[in-house]
Amino acid sequence: MRAVLTVFVKEFRENLRERRTLLSALILGPLLGPLLLAGGLTLRLERGVGESDRALQLAVAHGERAPNLLIFLREHGVSVTPVDYDEAAARAAVRSGRVQQVLSVDMDFAERLAAGAPAPLELYADASDLTGSGDSARVRALIGQYSALLGRLRLAVRGIDPLLAAPLAVQDIDVSTPATRSVLILGTLSYLVLLTMLMGGMYLAIDATAGERERGSLEPLLTVPVPREQLIYGKILATSVYMALSLSLTVAAFAIVLRFTGLERFGMSVNFAPGVALEVILLTLPLVPLGAALMTLVAAYTRSYREAQTWLALLLLVPTVPLAFAGLLGLRPHLALMAVPSLSQHFLITSLLRAEALPASWVALSVGVTLAIAALLIAAAGGLYRREALLG
Amino acid sequence: MIEAQRLEKHFGAVTAVREVSLRAADGRITGLLGPNGAGKSTTLRMLYTVLVPDRGDALIDGHSVVREPLAARARLGVLPHGAGIYPNLTARENILYFGALQGLAGAARRARTAELVKLLEMEEFADRPARGFSQGERLRTALARALVHRPRNLLLDEPTNGLDVMAVRALRRLLQQLRDEGHCVLFSSHVMQEVSALCDEVVVIAHGVVLEQGTPEEIRARANAGSLEEAFVRLIGAVDR
Repeated sequence: MRAVLTVFVKEFRENLRERRTLLSALILGPLLGPLLLAGGLTLRLERGVGESDRALQLAVAHGERAPNLLIFLREHGVSVTPVDYDEAAARAAVRSGRVQQVLSVDMDFAERLAAGAPAPLELYADASDLTGSGDSARVRALIGQYSALLGRLRLAVRGIDPLLAAPLAVQDIDVSTPATRSVLILGTLSYLVLLTMLMGGMYLAIDATAGERERGSLEPLLTVPVPREQLIYGKILATSVYMALSLSLTVAAFAIVLRFTGLERFGMSVNFAPGVALEVILLTLPLVPLGAALMTLVAAYTRSYREAQTWLALLLLVPTVPLAFAGLLGLRPHLALMAVPSLSQHFLITSLLRAEALPASWVALSVGVTLAIAALLIAAAGGLYRREALLG
Repeated sequence: MIEAQRLEKHFGAVTAVREVSLRAADGRITGLLGPNGAGKSTTLRMLYTVLVPDRGDALIDGHSVVREPLAARARLGVLPHGAGIYPNLTARENILYFGALQGLAGAARRARTAELVKLLEMEEFADRPARGFSQGERLRTALARALVHRPRNLLLDEPTNGLDVMAVRALRRLLQQLRDEGHCVLFSSHVMQEVSALCDEVVVIAHGVVLEQGTPEEIRARANAGSLEEAFVRLIGAVDR
């Protein structure tokens, strides 16, 4: 047991002097995730707010043929620009992005309108232009409103109750709460937390195994009178501590950053008080020894530092696999899924942040299964260090 | 005292070492002499318990490397081939780490480390990070690390590789000093001059088989040769044919 501690202290201290380990474990990882999320959110927020406030720009060809429509549009905040495009010019103008949309009034518009026949209008817009899609939907909605208004007037003039033309009345009732609306963000958050946690231990896991062998210091280490599994336990312990530090810093950074992003303006809220942040850390902690043992085991099998880097970079994606499957299949959290490491942590974190009650059985199963798998992996790593093939 | 008894080791279909028996006595410097690929490193690695022999056994002060590897390791100081040290630790920290793993603690560990720093004349670089050490500085650090627990037996695999003349002379003086203190020193080399200059006892090995063991004088006489080098060439040549 003393050897485990000796190895742990040495690996911990040595990696404090390794810029690469420090950077990825304690600085880049914990800062990158929260900043990425906050940046993306702020951008979306500002664009969303800007869009609904901005006056709608609409180029209209032959507007003189439909003066009442133009008055209606102007009353509803549309800034109308008269243009004299024919069909080809309208297409070209929209395609080149000079204008986002062109409304063209047909020659027989007034005539057909007076005759009570559908009066033709053409709206040119580029469906592949995502920034303009909101605008053309707004124009179409306004024209639809105008059309419905005219229809009701026609019915009233003919002595028919306009309500007869509306046999059904559907009302949308949104039961989402601010906390549940943030579910997408929360999914991203738990994924980023798991990823940075693993990244925090990655370089140490490589350095302590493949790196040690490549430097030629593994062989002398194996000649000390200490059971060899204790050496690898010490290395896994050091990796775990770096991962736990990385995890804590990341969660703390998220808690701080999300406080300042103003999710409320989205109509979302995240339950991320200091106490909740602590619970998130505690619920994710069992995944630390599992990840550390897995990375150490994989790195110990590889032949060189670079090979280990390649494999561990792939390994970082492993915890995202259950998350992606759950997303694709639309899985809802239930007891059996708590037996899947990383997925169970994802569900628990999400539920916590949505301020939902966590059944004790979920927590117990998640922690129990994760720790059991961690124990198996640690034992397997110990077995690997007892084999002479380790020297490669 | 190191005694190997009919050690055998295969790597797949290749037999690296066959029926190797040798004795390295206390108070003697024993040289394991052989051409490249003769099985010197494999033999030493079985002696210092990193490889497990397929057949045979070896005793380190009476402790079997197969059945009691921990006890055997505790009595061994090892300088493997191309021994690496930790670049982010200073030379002193490298030594302290192995002291702790060898079971030394507290003041005793620090005192022994200071003693070795002085013995191996490492004062100048002892507290610098090992990154950027010269070959000689690295070797002295690795040697101090191997000696930190005062082992009775010292195993060195090609220790003079890549060293300049001054460093080789310093190493020789150290090994002679250890021998005079009663330690058992066993080292491998493919350099004839080195072995003849230093060794009390020589084991000639080629193709994984021990060809001769004795004092340089005995070997020379038995091969009916004018010098140890001539005897060596004849022995190796006889096997090659």
